[in-house]
Amino acid sequence: MSLLYSDVEEELRAAVRALLADRCPPSAVLRRVESEPYDLDLWKTLAGEIGVAGLLVPEELGGAGASASEAAVVLEELGRAVAPVPFLTSSVLATRALLPTRDALLGELAEGRKTAALAVSFAASAYRPDRGASVSVDGEGRLSGTVTGVAGAEVADVLLVPVDGDLYAVESIEPEVVRVVPSIDLTRPVAEVTFARTPARRVGACDLAAVLRFGAGLLASEQLGVAEWCLETTLAYVKERHQFARPIGSFQAIKHRLADLWLDVVRARAAARNAVADASSISVAVAQAWNAGVAVHAAEEALQLHGGIGMTWEHPVHLYLKRAKAAEVALGTPGDHREALASLVDVPGPE
Amino acid sequence: MNEAQIKERVAAFLSEHDPSGDRLEFLRARFDAGLAWVWFPEGLGGLGAPRELQQVVERELADTPQLNSGLQGIGLGMAAPTILAFGTEEQKRRFLKPLWTGEEIWCQLFSEPGAGSDLATLATRAVRDGDEWVIDGQKVWTSGAHHARWAILVARTDPDVPKHRGLTYFVCDMHAPGVEVRPLRQITGEAEFNEVFLTGVRLSDDLRLGAVGDGWRVAQTTLMNERVAIGGAPSRRGGGVMASVLAAWREHPELRTHDLHQRLLSLWVEAEVTRLSGARLREQLAAGQPGPEGSGMKLSFAKLNQALTGLEMEFRRELTYDDWTFRRSENVDFYGRGPGYRYLRAKGNSIEGGTSEILRNIISERVLGLPSEPRVDKDVPWKDLPR
Repeated sequence: MSLLYSDVEEELRAAVRALLADRCPPSAVLRRVESEPYDLDLWKTLAGEIGVAGLLVPEELGGAGASASEAAVVLEELGRAVAPVPFLTSSVLATRALLPTRDALLGELAEGRKTAALAVSFAASAYRPDRGASVSVDGEGRLSGTVTGVAGAEVADVLLVPVDGDLYAVESIEPEVVRVVPSIDLTRPVAEVTFARTPARRVGACDLAAVLRFGAGLLASEQLGVAEWCLETTLAYVKERHQFARPIGSFQAIKHRLADLWLDVVRARAAARNAVADASSISVAVAQAWNAGVAVHAAEEALQLHGGIGMTWEHPVHLYLKRAKAAEVALGTPGDHREALASLVDVPGPE
Repeated sequence: MNEAQIKERVAAFLSEHDPSGDRLEFLRARFDAGLAWVWFPEGLGGLGAPRELQQVVERELADTPQLNSGLQGIGLGMAAPTILAFGTEEQKRRFLKPLWTGEEIWCQLFSEPGAGSDLATLATRAVRDGDEWVIDGQKVWTSGAHHARWAILVARTDPDVPKHRGLTYFVCDMHAPGVEVRPLRQITGEAEFNEVFLTGVRLSDDLRLGAVGDGWRVAQTTLMNERVAIGGAPSRRGGGVMASVLAAWREHPELRTHDLHQRLLSLWVEAEVTRLSGARLREQLAAGQPGPEGSGMKLSFAKLNQALTGLEMEFRRELTYDDWTFRRSENVDFYGRGPGYRYLRAKGNSIEGGTSEILRNIISERVLGLPSEPRVDKDVPWKDLPR
């Protein structure tokens, strides 16, 4: 088991980073977030040309047969760019839910011809997988009920709906099913999904807790990417910005905060790598308990150390703060993961 | 040299030397066989092998006589790498073997009452007198000076140049006339540290390590190794100081509270990600691509130790202390004795080997590339600095 990056992963990273630098600078993300947040042209290139959509799908089902480790590197880069593409929601969460069924839909997702979303609240977790959902299935296999806080639903061609241990696919989505709500995360808005006797196809069995745990482990890498951008951007700023006739980065009050933040990010990298190398419940809980907070702290420090400009809409740091804060809630809060660790590593609470 | 070859060497060594015989004789033979520190050159206790193979040797020899790492810590962790990097062939041959076997204990004469974080401003003088140097000054916070045969010493040889440029590095004979060691009582009640007074101490020029005036550069090697030595995170999950806290926690359910539980879980996570960073760092070193992570390890170690030992006091509702008697410590001990001792001893972790504030400066300037504070003392001759 290695916590380092392989050469193949570094090549994949370079390809994704180059594309995002060209097509998805923070200014471009900022321009589109209020009209059409998701960049489906960019997604087409990422999914089709670089092939990220099929990373987790085995070759015999039309994918690249890679591992969570490669997907994690893609997420680091997407986090650094707060890239508004449905990689985590379609290529990680929905794909992971489908994998045990080996459904033919996997091939379409892998090639990027279709995009799916798991109709589960982004605030649900491996510990509370049904949070925010009340969907039932009738005798004719039709779905009724509501799921709040679904990420990636508005750009999905297929909704995958877990109901009582089974996975259903809604492949023709009527406009009234998905209602986007104003969301704290501008670059990954959530929607309320409502089914009313909606026809669906049963795809197979679904261990939703396992799917959400897998997603949480990978989300730690996206959070690492968010934190890295915040740290690097702030470092560049404090070297440039002069007050009292000195770069503000020469003041110890600022240097020490950034040294501490760097140390937090170093440890977030180790935690993220460990969560994909090992993928046990403990490793995932550790990575989420640490990285979610580090991403939020990095974004908050970035905002504060940018001073006045950091509070403005025109500076992209708020996109990262909003992503980090929403991601902290997503797939279990740090407190949820620490609570799980209490029993996982035998540190029980008061009796 | 690979793992299989190292194992062969160890097996051959064990077939000729009985580990249940005389301890010192066994350690001396181990040194001569190149199995002391395999990454050192042949003839100096090593085989010129990759450093990561050392763990193979340690595993294979786990049931044989071991070094006293508490007492020998400064020799092994700081003096040895400095002697290896800057010593003459003669110095390496003279000092490394008894240093490693523990026949000669080392201490470190760096800090002074007027030079702590600003080590380069130190005032202990070394004046040349023919083939000798005459040392006068006072050093402080000297762990183990009362056991030491030798010391690594930084002294000022030229007060007329800016502070960093006028220093020279020596090996100090702790048995020489004029060396006086006085115990320095710490907040734990005992004296792990000392004050060392140097009055007209004469050191021959062959005890100089590196060139005259190059002491700062030589000292950097020592300090870098010191931080790695102090901050080496435990390699086992829940190890180090966490182990004693967890043992108490599991043993005494009646003492648990919700508040302590939340804090302990947070610290457990922080200890675990710090351990993982250490593992990642070791992997980088083995792969020959050392990252800058090392400079942060000691900072994390100090913070965690202090928080955990403080939490353990609260958890046990501890109002007693095992022993305030003023006495000499046998060695440096972070984890031993009672919770009160551990709490108080941990306070030193953010001071010894570079304060946490200085480490943050080092990280921000050398790793993050941030500009330094304006320096008024950089180009001023040392003798003209305000004191």
